[in-house]
Amino acid sequence: MLLKIKANQLLNLEQIPLIHFYDFYNCILAMVENEEAQIVHYLGYLINGRKMLMIVMRTHKQSVGELHIGVTYAPTEYLSFTANHKMFQLFEREIFEEYQVKMLGHTQLKPLRNNFENYEFYSIAGENVHQVAVGPVHAGVIEPGHFRFNCMGERVAHLEIRLGYQHRGIEKLLLATPFTINRAAILIEAVAGDSAVVNALTFSEMMESALNLLDEKNEQGEKDEGEIENLKMIRTLALELERLSNHIGDLGALSGDVAFLAPAAYFGRMRGEFLNLLLLLSGNRFGKGLIRPANNYYTVTITDINQIEKKLDELNREIIHVSSLLFSTQEIIDRFEGVGVIDYQTALKLGVVGVAARASGVSYDVRKSFLPGYYYNLEQQNKNINTKNKNKNTSKNNGDVLARAETRYFEALDSIRLIKFLLESLRKKIDQQQMVKSKMDLKDVNKKVLPISSVVVAINEGWRGEISHLMITDNMGQIIRYKIKDPSFHNWPALALAMRDQEISDFPLCNKSFNLSYCGFDL
Amino acid sequence: MSKVTLERTLEHTFERIGKLVNERLSKLLFNRFEQGYRTTKYPDHLIHIPSPYRGRPEINFECDYSIMNLCAQNCPQQALLISEERKGMDLGKCVFCGECERLSEEKFIHFTTDFSLATARHEELFLCDENPLPKIEKEINEKIRKLFGRSLQLRQVSAGGCNACEQDINVLNTPFFDLSRLGIQIVASPRHADGIMVTGPVTKNMQQALMKTYKAIPDPKIVIAVGSCAISGGPFYQSSEVVAGVENILPVDLFIPGCPPHPLTTLKALIDYFKVTL
Repeated sequence: MLLKIKANQLLNLEQIPLIHFYDFYNCILAMVENEEAQIVHYLGYLINGRKMLMIVMRTHKQSVGELHIGVTYAPTEYLSFTANHKMFQLFEREIFEEYQVKMLGHTQLKPLRNNFENYEFYSIAGENVHQVAVGPVHAGVIEPGHFRFNCMGERVAHLEIRLGYQHRGIEKLLLATPFTINRAAILIEAVAGDSAVVNALTFSEMMESALNLLDEKNEQGEKDEGEIENLKMIRTLALELERLSNHIGDLGALSGDVAFLAPAAYFGRMRGEFLNLLLLLSGNRFGKGLIRPANNYYTVTITDINQIEKKLDELNREIIHVSSLLFSTQEIIDRFEGVGVIDYQTALKLGVVGVAARASGVSYDVRKSFLPGYYYNLEQQNKNINTKNKNKNTSKNNGDVLARAETRYFEALDSIRLIKFLLESLRKKIDQQQMVKSKMDLKDVNKKVLPISSVVVAINEGWRGEISHLMITDNMGQIIRYKIKDPSFHNWPALALAMRDQEISDFPLCNKSFNLSYCGFDL
Repeated sequence: MSKVTLERTLEHTFERIGKLVNERLSKLLFNRFEQGYRTTKYPDHLIHIPSPYRGRPEINFECDYSIMNLCAQNCPQQALLISEERKGMDLGKCVFCGECERLSEEKFIHFTTDFSLATARHEELFLCDENPLPKIEKEINEKIRKLFGRSLQLRQVSAGGCNACEQDINVLNTPFFDLSRLGIQIVASPRHADGIMVTGPVTKNMQQALMKTYKAIPDPKIVIAVGSCAISGGPFYQSSEVVAGVENILPVDLFIPGCPPHPLTTLKALIDYFKVTL
């Protein structure tokens, strides 16, 4: 019933069969129940004054991912998916808030990002229950969010997370006219600073397919395959550097949270070194301004490559040594093990993605399932992603803090391996042409007009997990909906669930082990 | 002995110590040896940021008018003002994306690696012929310097934004920058603070929390706006969900531009403004 599509495929709205809500509903339920389908997007939009619902689901055939898209007229109310399948929870709340569609049987149908005047927190009644309120201003230098614990003594019975403090209205700003790519790109890079590269990449891939930028022929009437390969290589390099810096930073923060200050200090400094490498590549420590549609703003010389490689070798050695200290210290293992457990079944039911999912044994990784960008070429060259937990002493992938920490460590090592391979390939190219440069002028890209009545879904693996953007245009070529979905949108409920029956003092540790984005959620 | 052999010997020695005495202790000591002492001597020794970094822009107002106009029209942040009467660039609005540098092929604007960007007055963020360099003048607020120059406690409030500014403030506490060696600390409670560092465009949902934090700080207090969001709303200047700049609701003493500001920009701003002495 739903239409099978590819990532980054330009679709006409009319290609997607408009089905009756009854069929839409049953089809989705069947997919979730029989095929273990997961949600990528579930959103509302307005077209010609009518409220519509659109869903993008993902299924797996062996290790190959498939996307399915469906559209229907929005009913005024319906029996919520959430009543049976918790992974819909936040998606349905979002539609309820933005498009006032009422979901029956949804127990948490309340505002998500706005209208907090009459917000009611879930509360457990009883003589021994007390509430602890934390935030929005926290003790450290972190983003604002409010956490409400219902506790019995030290034990957490329930945690409710209320976000929205960072709501800046990005999706609304992206609809502004006239739409220019360089303005949109700056907004996209400000969705989440720590994920600036992956967001810009997803946006660029979407625009490239919508405007058909990479298929342009040069003066000789040939496609410049070499240039496109360079483009993709540098992007993948930046993406892996971003992943590396954040994973290493998280390992440091986790050590800090259990008061093991030596690794906290070492990892903290190393994270800075990776950000400096990103600066060497792009001029900004977070890679802002590097990736634009049909373009990367960089010039890479042989000296840069040697410099990055040398630094990487040095850091690789240090990471292994410091991690060996961290993961062999018995007190630390004791604090990490068995805390904040999300088991395999729960992870599937909640639709958890990224590092958190892989730590619970769900092997989904966009880089493997959908092979976006240069990952396809890497697969062809037998350099596939290999993020398996190789620690023989402790590895269980049982979804506790230790499993998430180890997953980060092994993914960081794998990123180093990929970056080294990319640098080696780049060096060969540079030998031939001195310098690798960008392709197209943004001035020409800006003049292009978006295709009418179209839909594009772009998907990528950020360091937190699956990031996806979806764009819908109307019959004038105007964007009427731009949806950004950060992996945190899937994972925040998992953090709340991980805290059940834990000591309240374990919250900072659990929170850090997920390290979810507030601003990517609030938009 | 070459560096690599030395490292191997060191590793090997510690491994043996581990087997003979205590494995964990030997790992702790080995890592301490390997990490060494990394803290920068800044401000006594200068640091150079690699050339791709986009820092203080150098503006050539002698450039062709049509090029200047092209840059102004294509600036995604509308940070460039080009008219007959007035020409200049607003560092508070700029996100240092480098679009103008590329469009003008460095004839009009060139981003240098100079990280000194902060000012104490908003109007000085506007770079023009009369004001080509952002700087913090010496005579401003001598009282504040006497009070806080040797010991400064700051509270940070994240009021929207994208978390990049927060992360680059956090970096100041890593061993390389080691903010505490200058007597500056980021504290957990506003009651312990001498001022606040605000990041983000101040979303409407965060306005109340920011005001409460500000009021909880004892007088006299400093407000520092970090990042283009906090100064002018940054990328979100057109949004109806934000206040677009701390200055609209609080008096700001120090402006630190950047998207996000390089840790050295923030560090230099704090040292200059509070005349921190080592």
